[in-house]
Amino acid sequence: MSPNPAWSRTLDQIFVLLQHRIADLFPPLLQPWVAMILGVVGIVAVFPAIFALTTVLERKGLGRMQNRLGPNRVGPFGILQPIADAIKSLTKEDIVPRSADAVVHYLAPVVLVVAIFLGYAVLPVGRNMQLLNIDAGILFFFAIGASTELSIFMAGWSSRNKYSLLGAMRAVAQMISYEVPLLLSAVVAIMMTGSLNPSRIVEAQGGFTGILPHWYVFTPWGFAGFVLFVIAALAETNRSPFDLPEGESELVAGYFTEYSGFKFALFFLGEYLGMMSIAGYGITLFLGGWGAPLSVLAFLPSWLWFFGKLFLAIFFFIWLRGTLPRLRQDQLMNFAWKFMLPMSLLDLFVAALWRFLGEWLGAGLGTEVVRWLVCGLLLAVTYVLFARVMLKRQKISPRSYRYAE
Amino acid sequence: MLGEGILKGLAETAKNFAGSFVSEERLTTVEYPEQRLPQIENTRDFPFLVYDGEDAMAGLRCVSCQICEKECPPKCIYIVKSTDKKPDYVGKAQFYPTRFDIDISVCMSCQICVEVCPFDAIKMDTEFELSTSDRFGGLILDKHKLAKSNSYYQKIHPTEAAEVDGRLEEEKQKLEAKAKAAAEAAAAKAAADAAAKAAATTPEAQP
Repeated sequence: MSPNPAWSRTLDQIFVLLQHRIADLFPPLLQPWVAMILGVVGIVAVFPAIFALTTVLERKGLGRMQNRLGPNRVGPFGILQPIADAIKSLTKEDIVPRSADAVVHYLAPVVLVVAIFLGYAVLPVGRNMQLLNIDAGILFFFAIGASTELSIFMAGWSSRNKYSLLGAMRAVAQMISYEVPLLLSAVVAIMMTGSLNPSRIVEAQGGFTGILPHWYVFTPWGFAGFVLFVIAALAETNRSPFDLPEGESELVAGYFTEYSGFKFALFFLGEYLGMMSIAGYGITLFLGGWGAPLSVLAFLPSWLWFFGKLFLAIFFFIWLRGTLPRLRQDQLMNFAWKFMLPMSLLDLFVAALWRFLGEWLGAGLGTEVVRWLVCGLLLAVTYVLFARVMLKRQKISPRSYRYAE
Repeated sequence: MLGEGILKGLAETAKNFAGSFVSEERLTTVEYPEQRLPQIENTRDFPFLVYDGEDAMAGLRCVSCQICEKECPPKCIYIVKSTDKKPDYVGKAQFYPTRFDIDISVCMSCQICVEVCPFDAIKMDTEFELSTSDRFGGLILDKHKLAKSNSYYQKIHPTEAAEVDGRLEEEKQKLEAKAKAAAEAAAAKAAADAAAKAAATTPEAQP
């Protein structure tokens, strides 16, 4: 890789330099703290801003997919819509049901948002741009991510409303079921890198062959792992088509039925931030993190690549939401345990095979061809077999009613 | 193949997404306050009172018979009948409503008041931009707000209004003919009486 010119390196590190420059204004004892707080402020400012932009882009994008214009009243092309929404949700009455558990009801959205923000602490958004560089970063993220289930159940339970409780129970069942394939599909990337540190995982994908990058998604096991990760991430963040916990048609709004005003806005924020953080980790694990997609483009700053990929991921999520209808509960569970779990276990095995085939056969073009053929065929054949079994089960016949005739 | 349908669906939405930027015909929605679709003739929402002539209060067709008030299923009409009679637009002395209120927050637009009215005095309106910041007083329409001219009625429901006008005209002509016939009969009778009287009083005039 050719070294980048000085201006490119400065631009790449501009936020890090800025952080150091501001921290230097303080006495040495305070400097680490100031630097830390600046990083936190950066995260707390940037990601909610992206959230605000995402809400309006989502509404416009969904509108376009349905041949509508989407919001276009507030500001040019409706771009100021999130500000209007924020003012509206801040000034709305905050209703707490009389029989609700007031403390838990109040705490649930706060716990959700805090847990999700904690997940950003170890996310590398650029070269050297990671708030907390800890070795067990990925583990930390998944542990924190699992605690959002607690806040969702707090919300559902404390509202004392059947729709809330049903929504929360669905959410918890779904999130726990998809936690397993999510973790197992992430494990392949960790296994191949040999580290739980997100920065190390990104650096391991940093090389180029010709102009193409060494992203994990460009390997058979990485591709399968990436697809499984995306599906599990959709379910984990309750995004369409896995948005059963808040299925409007049957559950009013699921676990946040009894929330109004700014608490509702916090749930909304939490949901989108969760989506963005899981997309960020998907990018880190499989799409080369902040690395450039082509070696000739490596002069552009790393954070630009990260946020570019993040926007693409968000666009893909919106696209899926505009396309797919909601699953049924039994389909959801069958899919998790009968397809996702076996496939992710197989993917682990394939990743191990890839690694050891490389060791046994030694480096060379022949090894690559053999590895690609063996691993690719193994995954493809299993997928086809699974697909045949899953589709065969469907018996489409006229609906029969047992009681209502 | 599992997942094939998802890819097809994604292609379809992508086509819509891209197409909506290229072709204007795809966008079927109407930008409401600036663009409006023409209303179909059978549009109806809330009732209004028809008046003839220029003066709304003098020309109200309503004679305060209170049939609509009694028939209204959600009971959104409130009428106070006058104690005196005033000449209506044809000059005949009639009762009139001193109060005629319709609570449009209660009205369910069923049109039963229109169907039961024997005087064609109440008809359905098409005005729908009725939002108000006063949800109690602002949604009760009194007779001044309800009164709208017959020409307005002809404008919003041309076919129906033409039919009503034709019927009213026919009735009017029938009444006139009847009155004329009665007057003629009375005149003829008076003439005959006069002749008979004349004959009785002057028998010697007969040859």
